Formats: sequence, structure tokens, C-alpha cells
Amino acid sequence: MKKPMTMTQKILADHAHLKYVEAGQLIEADLDLVLGNDITTPVAIREIGKVEKEGVFDKDKIALVMDHFIPNKDIKSAENCKCVREFAMKHDISHYYDVGQMGIEHALLPEKGLTVAGDVIIGADSHTCTYGALGAFSTGVGSTDMACGMATGKAWFKVPSAIKFNITGKPSKWISGKDVILHIIGKIGVDGALYRSMEFAGEGIKELSMDDRFTIANMAIEAGGKNGIFPVDEKAESYMKEHSKRAYKIYEADSDAVYDEEYTIDLSTLRPTVAFPHLPENTKTIDEIGEKIKVDQAVIGSCTNGRLEDLRTAAGILKGKKVAKNLRCIIIPATQDIYLKAMDEGLLKIFIEAGAIVSTPTCGPCLGGYMGILAKGERCISTTNRNFVGRMGDVESEVYLSSPAVAAASAITGYICAPED
Amino acid sequence: MEAKGHAFKYGDNVDTDVIIPARYLAIQDREELAMHCMEDIDDTFVKRVSKGDLIIAGKNFGCGSSREHAPIVIKEKGVSCVIAETFARIFYRNAINIGLPIIECKEASENIEEGDEVFVNFDTGVIKNLTKNEEYKGQPFPEFMQKIIKSEGLINYINS
Repeated sequence: MKKPMTMTQKILADHAHLKYVEAGQLIEADLDLVLGNDITTPVAIREIGKVEKEGVFDKDKIALVMDHFIPNKDIKSAENCKCVREFAMKHDISHYYDVGQMGIEHALLPEKGLTVAGDVIIGADSHTCTYGALGAFSTGVGSTDMACGMATGKAWFKVPSAIKFNITGKPSKWISGKDVILHIIGKIGVDGALYRSMEFAGEGIKELSMDDRFTIANMAIEAGGKNGIFPVDEKAESYMKEHSKRAYKIYEADSDAVYDEEYTIDLSTLRPTVAFPHLPENTKTIDEIGEKIKVDQAVIGSCTNGRLEDLRTAAGILKGKKVAKNLRCIIIPATQDIYLKAMDEGLLKIFIEAGAIVSTPTCGPCLGGYMGILAKGERCISTTNRNFVGRMGDVESEVYLSSPAVAAASAITGYICAPED
Repeated sequence: MEAKGHAFKYGDNVDTDVIIPARYLAIQDREELAMHCMEDIDDTFVKRVSKGDLIIAGKNFGCGSSREHAPIVIKEKGVSCVIAETFARIFYRNAINIGLPIIECKEASENIEEGDEVFVNFDTGVIKNLTKNEEYKGQPFPEFMQKIIKSEGLINYINS
């Protein structure tokens, strides 16, 4: 008798050359892509140097993206990028992205067509789970796993069990992927999906754009998830056909696949949602906030929300308006291509005329690197993914996570508010 | 394999940003990096910690960023074992891969207090609280994981 598997389990089984895998099983899987950035790759390079047979398994299946501290913020970050640049040249790495070509890795790789449905991808960055939006198994790892992956093209995994999220209904105007995922994290908690897959299903998915899905899969890690994954529909297929020349493979969960838990998320009932300091699970809908929370900075960008649709939404709200007095509004298109399209569409003009600044692609402020660090006691409304203690600056600063619509509206009023305000 | 030392106790969801803040991530020298271990949750940690001491925490220890710098600085400061109710999955992998012993044990996580003297036997999974004279049962460490730890990490283990 055929045993049922989840979507994730099917992808892993195929890549481990097994007919069947079950939750808890330890497997070794072939990798389609190994990713690293300017923070994690130098550590991996030092480790790979210790592997006796030095070299990489496949120069076309490694992506090195300089995005965290570049253009280099200081001498040490310049040294790190230099180390990665030299490694990329030495091994003739095909997908090395530096200043001028780079973008924030998780926006860049799908755009470049390097990630497609059915892939198994590891990345030395926790938000590697983003590519689940395309129906790939992708997960974050550390630098040692990255080094072993670059050397051997394989990684070991414990096959995860899964939680199923049935998406239903149609979202109202201001509801985006960010509101969906913040709602889910608020419901299950920051360890609600620990070690497990978050598998999305249901009729409501067709209402979500690809940018929405990237945002949702991106934050699976904020619920502790090993990966987040979407079924492949027409929207996903046309995205891949537009961006990639690679063949993709569509996997579907068996109808009788076993899930640890199931939730139904009715998009029509969602309201704009904000995660309060200092955990992504501390969510409130915009209607539950009550008090006026004054903010000193608004950041619109990151691997979570720096895509074209995010910028369009923000521009729609900022058009003809001014950001509040004494508030800094920082807008960061996630890739050069998004930057260009935003320029062609006139979005950058709208931002600058509103009193915001537009930065080159960088992870910068999201992780408190540079380009918008907070002083003691300051507050930021941000479309990024983490609001931990000290994440964007001083340990006594605060980060509130929201959608681009809420962040843009709040930038105008100077306090956290609904887009319709 | 064994560990013995005094406990440093923290709560739930200790994230890798407070273990090693991003403002130090460009530092490659491990000793210099480790000067900032636990800085944003406990800025007295590096002054107080001695070789062999243990970190005891609640749920989801090491959540957030995949930075391997987090288990690296903990190991560099001489911590002999981290005991938590649960670990975030990337931290779990990274800790094993670099050779930092970690054990999941709810009972130990709840009952060990700051400053308690703790003894861990990795072969049996038995955790002894020498201060309170209590014993908790964690999972024994599988042999291959003990070998990775003894080899000071996965890379050396693969080479050996």
C-alpha cells in the first residue's frame, strides 16, 4: 500500500532517491542550490578550507550574494566581502552578486530564476525559506552546513512533520501577505511550527499574489518553521516561466497526507496587523491598538517586503503627502530590477517628494547593521521581519512590524495607524 | 563525555541577535567576537562566565538569525553545555556542527537556578543539580554526535 506524504516529504524523498520518507527519518538529500551572504559566507569559506579535497561540487549551483553590509559599512565588512569575492573568482562561481548586480538575496534569487518548484535549497541565512512560495523545499542553515553543501552538494535532514494552513476567502483592500503571516504567527507563536513544515493550501491562495506568497513563506522561520511551502498554481508557473529557464517539477501533497495540526485562515476576516516589541508573535490588529504610538522612523524594504508590489502600495499612500515632521522614512527597493521598475513607474519620485529617502538594495537597518539605526528610546514601524531586543539599534529602542501599507500611512501621521486613516 | 560548572539562567525565546548582536558580525576574530557574547541580554555575562559553566534556558533557545557566530561565541567563552526546554532548529544544527554540546530537558530547564552547580553525563543524558541535590533525565547524546563534538565540529569529523 502506498503511504501518504506531505508536499515537503515528497520533494525530500525524491532528492534522497527514496520512494517514501516519514517524519523523523534522517536522510541525505541532493542540493539544487547552496546560498550564502557576506555575513555567513566568510565563516563557511574558513570551514571549507579545512575540507581535505578543496573545491566546490558545482559552480553553477552556488549563489553568493553580498547584501547585508554593502556597500561596505566599515573596514571589517569590506574585508569580509573581499574574502568572498576572491573565493568566488577562484572557484569561478557563476552566481556571485556584488555591488551593481546584487539585491537582497531572497528577492534576488527568484527574480534571477535560480529557484524553482521542486528544488531542494539550503542557504546560510534564516530567511532562505522564502522560496517555498514557488513550491521548493528551502531552509536556512549555518555556515558549516553551507560549507559542507558547497563541498559535497548534499545535506542531511530530519524529515519534518507538517502543519496545514487552509487559506480561504478573499482579502479586503489593505490586506497583504504580511498581515496573513503576522496573523498566523500571532496565533501559533514564535515556536508554534518548531522543526516542522508550514504547508499552505486552499482556495484562498489564488487571491494571493506571488509577492504576498514570498512574504508569507519568508516569515515561516519566525514561527520556528523548518520551511513554508505553497502549492504550485498558474500564478507560480507563469512567474517561473517569466524569470527562469530551468525546468521545474510540481509536487502535490497526497490528499490523505498526515498533518500534526490544521488551521483555517479566512482572508476576508483579516485586519491590518502589527507585531509589537519584542517578538513577532506579539500581534494586534490595527483596531486593537487604541493608544497613539508615536514613531521616529519608518522602514519599507527587506527580504520580507522590498518587492515591487510593496513599493507600489507605499507609493499609493505617500503620493502627494508629506512624511511627518521629525520622522525619517527609509525606503529600500530589494533589487536593482525592482529599483529600475520603481523608477520607471515614478514611485521613487513620489517617495522623494514625500520626504522619504530611497536607498540602494541592502539588508542594512533590518538587522541593525547600518542605514537607519535607532537611538535609545526610539521607535520604528518597519516592514522587516524581526523586532527582537536591539534588533535595529539600541537595546532600549523598539521595532513594530507591519505591512508596507501600515508603515507608509504611519510615516505620514507620525503614529501607528491604519492605511485608511 | 561530561560537563560540570555553574548555571547562567535565561528565559524563553533567547534569540541569536541578543546572543551576538549584528553590529559585531563583521568581526572574524573569534576571541574578539566572543567579548560580546550575550551582550544584549546580559552585559555582565562575559565578565562572570568561567570555563565549564552552563547556560540554562526555556523554550526556543537560539531563535531568529542563522548566524553560526551565536554558538561560536558561546563555545569560545568556555560554556560546556546549553540546556533548554527546546532549541530553534538552525541553532540546534549549528551547535552540533561546531561542537557545542546542547541538551533538551524541560525538567532541568525549569528547576535549575542561576548559580547552581550542574553536572551532565552525555552518555546517559543524566543531569545532576549538585546544589539542590536533584537529578533530571535528558536524552543521551548519540555516539555520532559525541564524535562530532569531540572532533570539535562536523568538518573535522568528516575529515577524520
